[in-house]
Amino acid sequence: MIEKLDYQSAGLISGLEVHQQLLTDHKLFCRCPAGLYTRTHDGEVLRHMRPTLSELGEYDGTALMEFKTKKEIIYLLNHLNVCTYEMDDTPPFLVNQEAIDVAIELCLAMGMDIIDEVHIARKQYLDGSIPTGFQRTAIVGMNGGMPFHGRTLSVTHVSIEEDSCREVSDKGHRIVWRTDRLGMPLTETVTGPDLRTPQEVRDAITLCGLLARSTGRVRTGIGASRQDVNVSVRGGSRVEIKGVPKAAWAVKLVHNEAVRQVNLLRLRDELQRRGWTEPGHVRTHVCDVTDVFQGVDLGFMQRAIRGGGRIFAVRLEGGLGLAQWPTQPETTFLDELSGRIRVIACLDEAPIVLSGQQMPEFPLKHRTVERLRRKLRMADNDDYFIVFGPEADCRTAAEEIRLRFVDALKGVPQETRQSLAGGFTTFERILPGPDRMYPDTDSPPTRITADRVAAARARMRPTPWERFHTYGAWGVPPETTEYLIRRGGVNLVDAVVRLTGADGLLAAVEIGQRAKALHRKGLPVERLGEAEWVQIFDLYTGGRIPREGIQMLAAHMAANPGQSALGAMEALRIGIQPREAWSRELNGLSMEDYRIDKGDSDGKRLRFLAGRAMKMLLGRAPARDVAEYLRTRLTQEASR
Amino acid sequence: MSAAIPLNEREDRFQGYRGPARDALERHAIGVWSEVEIVNDRDSLFKGVILPRSETFDDLHIVVKLFNGYNVGVEASRIRTAVETGYRKAVYRIPEKAFPSDYRKRNVTLLGTGGTIASRLDYRTGAVIPAFTPGELYGAVPELADIANMDTKKLFGVFSENMGPEQYKALALAIGDEIAKGVDGIVVGHGTDTMSHTGAILSFMVQNSPVPIVLVGSQRSSDRPSSDAALNLMNAVRTAAECDIAEVMLCMFGPTSDNYDLLHRGTRCRKMHSSYRSTFRTIGATPLATVSREKNERGSHFTYLTDDILRRDKTRVPVINPAFEEKVTIQYYYPNFNPDIIDGLSDMGYRGLVIAGTGLGHINKPLYPAVKRAIQKGMTVVMTVQTIWGYAQMYVYDTGRDLLNLGIIPMDNMLPETAYMKLAWVLGQTEDPKRIREMLLTPVNHEITPREPHNGYLVLQGGLPEVEAFIGQHWK
Repeated sequence: MIEKLDYQSAGLISGLEVHQQLLTDHKLFCRCPAGLYTRTHDGEVLRHMRPTLSELGEYDGTALMEFKTKKEIIYLLNHLNVCTYEMDDTPPFLVNQEAIDVAIELCLAMGMDIIDEVHIARKQYLDGSIPTGFQRTAIVGMNGGMPFHGRTLSVTHVSIEEDSCREVSDKGHRIVWRTDRLGMPLTETVTGPDLRTPQEVRDAITLCGLLARSTGRVRTGIGASRQDVNVSVRGGSRVEIKGVPKAAWAVKLVHNEAVRQVNLLRLRDELQRRGWTEPGHVRTHVCDVTDVFQGVDLGFMQRAIRGGGRIFAVRLEGGLGLAQWPTQPETTFLDELSGRIRVIACLDEAPIVLSGQQMPEFPLKHRTVERLRRKLRMADNDDYFIVFGPEADCRTAAEEIRLRFVDALKGVPQETRQSLAGGFTTFERILPGPDRMYPDTDSPPTRITADRVAAARARMRPTPWERFHTYGAWGVPPETTEYLIRRGGVNLVDAVVRLTGADGLLAAVEIGQRAKALHRKGLPVERLGEAEWVQIFDLYTGGRIPREGIQMLAAHMAANPGQSALGAMEALRIGIQPREAWSRELNGLSMEDYRIDKGDSDGKRLRFLAGRAMKMLLGRAPARDVAEYLRTRLTQEASR
Repeated sequence: MSAAIPLNEREDRFQGYRGPARDALERHAIGVWSEVEIVNDRDSLFKGVILPRSETFDDLHIVVKLFNGYNVGVEASRIRTAVETGYRKAVYRIPEKAFPSDYRKRNVTLLGTGGTIASRLDYRTGAVIPAFTPGELYGAVPELADIANMDTKKLFGVFSENMGPEQYKALALAIGDEIAKGVDGIVVGHGTDTMSHTGAILSFMVQNSPVPIVLVGSQRSSDRPSSDAALNLMNAVRTAAECDIAEVMLCMFGPTSDNYDLLHRGTRCRKMHSSYRSTFRTIGATPLATVSREKNERGSHFTYLTDDILRRDKTRVPVINPAFEEKVTIQYYYPNFNPDIIDGLSDMGYRGLVIAGTGLGHINKPLYPAVKRAIQKGMTVVMTVQTIWGYAQMYVYDTGRDLLNLGIIPMDNMLPETAYMKLAWVLGQTEDPKRIREMLLTPVNHEITPREPHNGYLVLQGGLPEVEAFIGQHWK
């Protein structure tokens, strides 16, 4: 079992599929409002999914797997955010052109070639996450890239697609979905397999997020952007980790997946050592052993039997010890089996599957196990597995156990894995191939003219890498720039610098750092738009307010919507006064309460006085002038 | 997959391509079904298969199905190089598996008119290839073998809107032949747009059937995973094999959920939504029965909603009467309806006119002279209601009484489309005005009902609290 991994020698390769919700008024193929989430429903629909026959009369692997599960699919509907399109009772309306425009802008930011004529395709999903059984999707751009770690992260294509349902529950043969999110426009950005370490994956996710944010036309918040991370090691296979919610999570997820693949490859070697090289070598024997466990004091088994279920055992010839093969720090091959069984056989009562090597303790265990071993005709180097539940599902589970061992002969099966907290993953489905895609005959293509691309280019805002470059040259710390991009503040800074001539660093710090502090205090500074900030900075660059006045005005205007910067200045009674006016006020300044216990110096005294002075003159005098005035005064006093 | 055919021998090389796009295919020595590597003026590489292009699209782009599954349109004028790397023509064939036969099961014949009730999808073009032979059907919907033994006959391949007198007659005769052969039930695969029209005319052309005659289709085509086609087909075959109602019926979704199908009487139903699954509604009565995959608490797949049915009886001898007069029309009245239209119809020799009038069966006074002229020339003019629900009761208002005096025949609660079919069928048999009137007003199979039950009018009005509560609980 390895936990540390040299990624280079393991041949780690990773790429991203970044999904980003777009900020449009309506959904992609109907006129329902986008972004209106609800927690209640006023209708329910029941559906099933059937795989459609492919060209060769065969079913796509994923489709077949998902059909095997025989799920009852329930959709919860709310009339506020769902129409007959989402529930698949009306054909699509024409594709939302606003969404295509946003996608074009995103593509241009990555230097992509815009597709001349966009064609809608259908991508099959039979898990019920989309009521039609397919997602409508279309490539908008291809052949681009982003500057990344001193090289280029290639972007193979960007597509536009409709978002899926949100899962409410998945128990046994019944899965429930909420449909509010369904049909909202998303872009999917697919990078090349260019990432080599978990840290690079994290950084690439961050960069993609910043790029999307910098367009100003995407949704933010929980679930608004989700990424799938493709991972493989040398000799392994592409595994898609689905739904990574945060960039930081990717580090552990990618590492753990790499470890999993390396260990599965080692298991393959072990199987070869045992002479298992082809599917026929995996020999299992399925047996109903309900009678053996009839009176056994194990709650989950008794519940299964009482519910009309059975208990099945699968003997694996020569399989001793394989289930305990470690795959990750806290997982073994048994987890691979249980993941498949849970999803495909719909057996979801813990512990899902038991191995002969890891039977729980119960009274008369020894006798029961002996009976079981006799019934299964166990040989010394065999192992057995126990599953429990409805008979048909137990039989499916038994077959899945065999199939998973067959897959193990090749090392790593291609699959989609769901990301879980703590950096772990669990089986979600077999990775679908291109066979599940076919043209959407309901939608005409959209021609993208050169004029339209030019118009999109004119709307474009600077990319993150352009911003890091410009702001870096101004001396703005990268974290501040990143914060500004993330929160949309870059556009304010740009406007302020352009329109008021303010210093870039000062504008970035005032808007990116100081305003952030006001936000933390609960002041809605995000209310201040370009016009407000320009007014404030006009007063500053015009010498009407000192620097600290910027935040005072911002705070006041945030708390009093509609107030102008001038109005705020009057209300706060601030504004730079003539030197004679404020210097007079400083006559009364005293050194009272000055503590000298930690030493005394001119500098310390000056700072003490300046602090007092600025409190008195807040917003009415430039700090530098006050300090200079006090220094002169202290020098005069000392020489007196 | 097929071996590469020399370019100039490929008949479909330019399928759908014109103008600059076609020129580009020519120039680069490629064509439809070519596996290509195309490089454009920005060095973007498109690897995939060239697809046929829809004739309705422009002539500027070439459609490529990329190997990653997506389709893109590449502007012909931007192509710098294009190389054919292979050739892969789609093979339109459905895998056939012998349909199992079981002597304990009943025999059902499926007559095809052209709908794609079961089909296979061409993954590259999105085209749907209908399954038709028993073997193909079994390959697509294997569950059918658990229900009945099946035989199939493809009568014609037309879209629903192209069904007409010729097809109605052929269909009626084919049904007669199958009944004569002793089948236990007949399923007719049909597009949904005019399914109720066909249901109505078959109700008149095929009377006294010993076995069920079931029309079935789908609202979501069978190339979609969420299609209603397979369930409709299973329920229709079960109805043909086992149901006790030996009438012409439509078998389509009851609710939009995959729950149960409703059996609607051929003369009394209508497509009421352009796309919903549960589009067919029985009008002015209740449906005959529900049919579902699961058995009900009485151990039956059927729940009968009325006793007023013609029961299955294999000793009964059917009457096949495929009469049809084509010079019949239907006119939907509206304010400002111009009398010229009726005069014109009359001049063109139309023998029958069904009016869908307002309210209880009304049209305005300026039309009276034209109607009078038409009737005098021998046209049969009948009145139905555009409210769809309810009776033409023309004795209530002066307007109606005036029209009765002109000789318009009120059709009671016969649906306008059913009235059209009946008028065409009657006029196909006689020219005697007395006989025409008598035949029109004598119901063949509930096209006129003496009474309308209160639950025969159900238009659920969403938004009302009590309806919302009902929908939330029952309308699944």
